[in-house]
Amino acid sequence: MADPTVIVDDLHVVYRVYGAGGDKGTAATALMRVFKRQRRPSVREVEAIRGVSFVINHGDAVGIIGRNGSGKSTLLQAIAGLLPPEQGCVYTSGQAALLGVNAALLDDLTGERNVVLGCLAMGMSPQETKDAYPSIVEFSGVGTFIDYPMRTYSTGMAQRLRFSIASAKSHEILMIDEALATGDANFRAKSHEKIMSLRGEAGTVFLVAHNLAEIEASCNRVIWLEKGKIMKQGYDVPGIVDAYLEATGGEPRKRDKPVDVNAVT
Amino acid sequence: MKERARDQGGPGTLTDELATPDVIEGPLPGESLAELAAEYQLRPSSARPGVFAYAGQLWARRHFIVGFATARNVAMYTEARLGQLWQVLTPLLNAAVYYLIFGIILDTSRGVPKFLPFLITGIFIFNFTQRAFITSSRVIVDSLPLIRALPFPRASLPIGYVLIELQQLVFSMIVLTAIVLGSGEPLTWYWLLALPALALQTVFNMGMGLFLARVGSGADDFGQLMPFLVRTWMYTSGVMFSIQTISTLKKHPTLTYILQINPAAVFISLVRNAILKSERLAWPGSQPYNAAKCALYDFKGTHLENSAYCHGTVTMNQLWLYGAGWAVVALVVGFVFFWQAETRYGRG
Repeated sequence: MADPTVIVDDLHVVYRVYGAGGDKGTAATALMRVFKRQRRPSVREVEAIRGVSFVINHGDAVGIIGRNGSGKSTLLQAIAGLLPPEQGCVYTSGQAALLGVNAALLDDLTGERNVVLGCLAMGMSPQETKDAYPSIVEFSGVGTFIDYPMRTYSTGMAQRLRFSIASAKSHEILMIDEALATGDANFRAKSHEKIMSLRGEAGTVFLVAHNLAEIEASCNRVIWLEKGKIMKQGYDVPGIVDAYLEATGGEPRKRDKPVDVNAVT
Repeated sequence: MKERARDQGGPGTLTDELATPDVIEGPLPGESLAELAAEYQLRPSSARPGVFAYAGQLWARRHFIVGFATARNVAMYTEARLGQLWQVLTPLLNAAVYYLIFGIILDTSRGVPKFLPFLITGIFIFNFTQRAFITSSRVIVDSLPLIRALPFPRASLPIGYVLIELQQLVFSMIVLTAIVLGSGEPLTWYWLLALPALALQTVFNMGMGLFLARVGSGADDFGQLMPFLVRTWMYTSGVMFSIQTISTLKKHPTLTYILQINPAAVFISLVRNAILKSERLAWPGSQPYNAAKCALYDFKGTHLENSAYCHGTVTMNQLWLYGAGWAVVALVVGFVFFWQAETRYGRG
């Protein structure tokens, strides 16, 4: 069983950013632009992913590492089909579920409404949602806060709830974008188990994290992105992590004891 | 299955192809990645489904759409001390303001048998379309985080927004019923005709909402312009006056006809004729024409063609046909137009 589940073929993703600098931003300059028939100078193109290709197989847990702004989150959004590619293509065996830091649920609504709406949006039926509800709330551990609007949640609580919702359904492809960064030690251990069990259910898991211990503990494969391109990728997780640490000026990791998920790098 | 598929290895396996400092750039030897994808029946993640498949997906998410609309509606007033009471207070205050300006100060009641219920009906019905238009033209920009977080048919969002407005309309209709009955209009079986009229209007709003959602998903200029367009539309749709009795329009029968068959005027007239007996009786076709009342609004002998009591341009049957036509055309055009850009909405 090593069929490919995700194929990324020469992917390019471009953001168009409105309102970037380069203009005084007054009504007079805007009027002059109209007369001179200029394009808005403040529209800028940012090439976030430039020519990435790889093949991911059934049962892989892929860690994605790289500096801030190297295109990790963008890559996941493109795989999930949420950001259209400028060039190239992403092929998947099924709908990929993305769980991101700003997987904005509806902040004004209570945790309870968010659980229900999140499940329905993932395509679960009302009955399935009802059945899954208790275990989602239980797993998230937000307790009585489930009746409060989500804007009153701490960052960690909100992320825990999001993770619980997204992992309620077994996805063929689950992508987790720094979603566990602010969870406490107990929750990280729980979610680590959950990721391993999702991987056991023959799915494919992508994990973006700056916590390299987490990557080493959860992933069998790693992709190192740098400025929208792949620097290194493969199944030699410790080797690539060490190379990444060396390039970014960090200390090589010590691995004389079994890898601990909760360790801080 | 080809050879390569087997030896690419399970978790943790180092294979000859991927173990070396493996930067795969471009296709693997002998086969392009696209061919590999086709071999294992992988589909492009940002592919757009066919238009009927898309409609099917949308139907499958109906519980999400309704839940989304209801939840947003509930959340809308949680910050206000009076809470859900605003759902009733907002239409009441609207009615009071317009009555003060158009009923008392400007006195545009000429040619209308019962002005207060006439005006309030017009405002509430137009408000439904107006709010649906303005909110759906901003829905994609407003929901960008949600769009970038979860995959679902994007048409759920404008349709959900129209449902929010429909739920608001229910409260407006309760207020309207009280005002109409309080003004002395009788409760008749004709009132039931308001339901199909509102259903047609809802379908029309959804279609136009989908259309405007795509138009408004690009640059923000359109969102800035939208309130002005809608306001102009309001002043030409006979919300606070009867189109038939405007003296400047009397010389332009074609223009009068066009104004009367514009969607807003059609839906407003349909609801007015359903719940207001005075309007229904004044409408041509319900009786030959009311010559006596017609004469009251006589200007230099041209009264036979033009007044609420004695014009003869658009009949009730034609209004229903126009209403159904607008609804179907808006839905088909709006849906297809929105669907065509389905994969581009996340870009922002």
